Amino acid sequence: MKELIAARGLRKSFGSFEAVRGIDLIVPAGQVLGFLGPNGAGKSTTMRMLTGFLEPTAGTVTLDGIALADDPIAAKRTFGYLPEGAPAYGDMRVEEFLHFVARARGYVGAEARARVDRSIERLHLEPYRRQLVDTLSKGYKRRTGLAQAILHDPPILVLDEPTDGLDPNQKHEVRELIRRLGDDRAVVLSTHILEEVEAVCTRAVIINEGRVVFDGTPKALDAKAAANVTSNRLDHVFRMLTTSDTGGAPRTKAASR
Amino acid sequence: MNSTARIATIFRREFAAYFTSPLAGIFLVIYLFMSAVLTFQMGGLYERGQADLRPFFQVQPWLDLFLVPALSMRLWAEDRRTGTIELLLTLPFSVRDLVLGKFLAAWAFACVALALTAPLWITVAWLGSPDHGSILVGYIASALMAGTFLAIGAFLSAFTKNQVIAFVLSGVACFLLMVIGFPMLLDFVSGWLPRTAVEAIAAMSVLTHFESMMRGVLDGRDVLYFVSVSAAFLFLNGIVVEWKKAE
Repeated sequence: MKELIAARGLRKSFGSFEAVRGIDLIVPAGQVLGFLGPNGAGKSTTMRMLTGFLEPTAGTVTLDGIALADDPIAAKRTFGYLPEGAPAYGDMRVEEFLHFVARARGYVGAEARARVDRSIERLHLEPYRRQLVDTLSKGYKRRTGLAQAILHDPPILVLDEPTDGLDPNQKHEVRELIRRLGDDRAVVLSTHILEEVEAVCTRAVIINEGRVVFDGTPKALDAKAAANVTSNRLDHVFRMLTTSDTGGAPRTKAASR
Repeated sequence: MNSTARIATIFRREFAAYFTSPLAGIFLVIYLFMSAVLTFQMGGLYERGQADLRPFFQVQPWLDLFLVPALSMRLWAEDRRTGTIELLLTLPFSVRDLVLGKFLAAWAFACVALALTAPLWITVAWLGSPDHGSILVGYIASALMAGTFLAIGAFLSAFTKNQVIAFVLSGVACFLLMVIGFPMLLDFVSGWLPRTAVEAIAAMSVLTHFESMMRGVLDGRDVLYFVSVSAAFLFLNGIVVEWKKAE
């Protein structure tokens, strides 16, 4: 399988604080990677380095064969990105915002309109296309962010908490969409919801304090739980992997600095 | 897609953004009203008995001081507050595309406002026979000065997520760039500074170059001043965007 995302030796420091301490991520087409970790573990920072928003302190990112550091504009064409909080221009209508993104992606005229329509259709945003982004509920704003990310049918998708704020029906629809998209693409999504990993991901990566502490299939993750744990097995493993061995309580971000 | 097309995409979005809020309307009404009041009441356009637009151009630096920061304050502060900066910088744009697209959109809006004062030109042309060349130079000077103030305002807007702070900082910065050319201030420092230093200070003032152009002569040095100060602040703007983006 072709390596679509190849991040090697990623590190990021903010002043004296090391947010990411050496992460390697190789994601081929056809893989949906669930990126997990406690708050402040470095998930968003890593995704921001994958998408070129932040320059890594050390390490390299190659996207569909293009080194981000060498040709950032070409590399940025290879992915769709839903940043944390799904930012969008609140003063634009949904379709205007998507048109702006279509133009930014180099589509004009009828092709731009077709792309916008297709994206609106895929995220079921039709009734809201003329609504101002600022007046959308949290779930629809997130869907608008997803519509923006998949508009150009990129080989790579990087989604920071794509189902956050969605109701159970919307969650289900978006997971179905991501699973379909993942058939022939490389998808990296971060989430706090462990069932989501079982539901959509083919691979789970857990990071803690800027390092990878688990990398394997959701099944392997489940197998790590002790046999006597019958409910919330993934939660159990997650706590085991991301809390300190001595105290058992999760370390706070301040304490880990 | 080449850089020009990318800049045009940002330009369209930013120019349209002025009209989606009441800002454009309020700005145009205040600018045109104040221009007219100051030109006729304080400048005494009719009483002077001369067919020119000097009183109009003389108030431009003062109007720009309050109004231009209102156009530039949102350019980066808004994107940083809402997080759309992350979207912009991960779409296939370079920082240069964003800086130029945003600046040109704000400048185009300022030029539209300036163009809407054309009835004043028509009035003096109808009442007398003004020197159209020097009026044109006056308009060019006003546009260049607004551009310089906008470049400074855009630069300062990139430092903060708060538009009010961006507005105040820009107003103060533009005011300082003007007052260093005041005869009163220059007379004061000329007592204890060497002559060349005083001239250097005066040469850095917006007012010095604006008034030089008011005489109706299109001097390359004045144009170079406005263009180079604008370019310098736009360059710094890009650096600040990179530096502050993730905060």
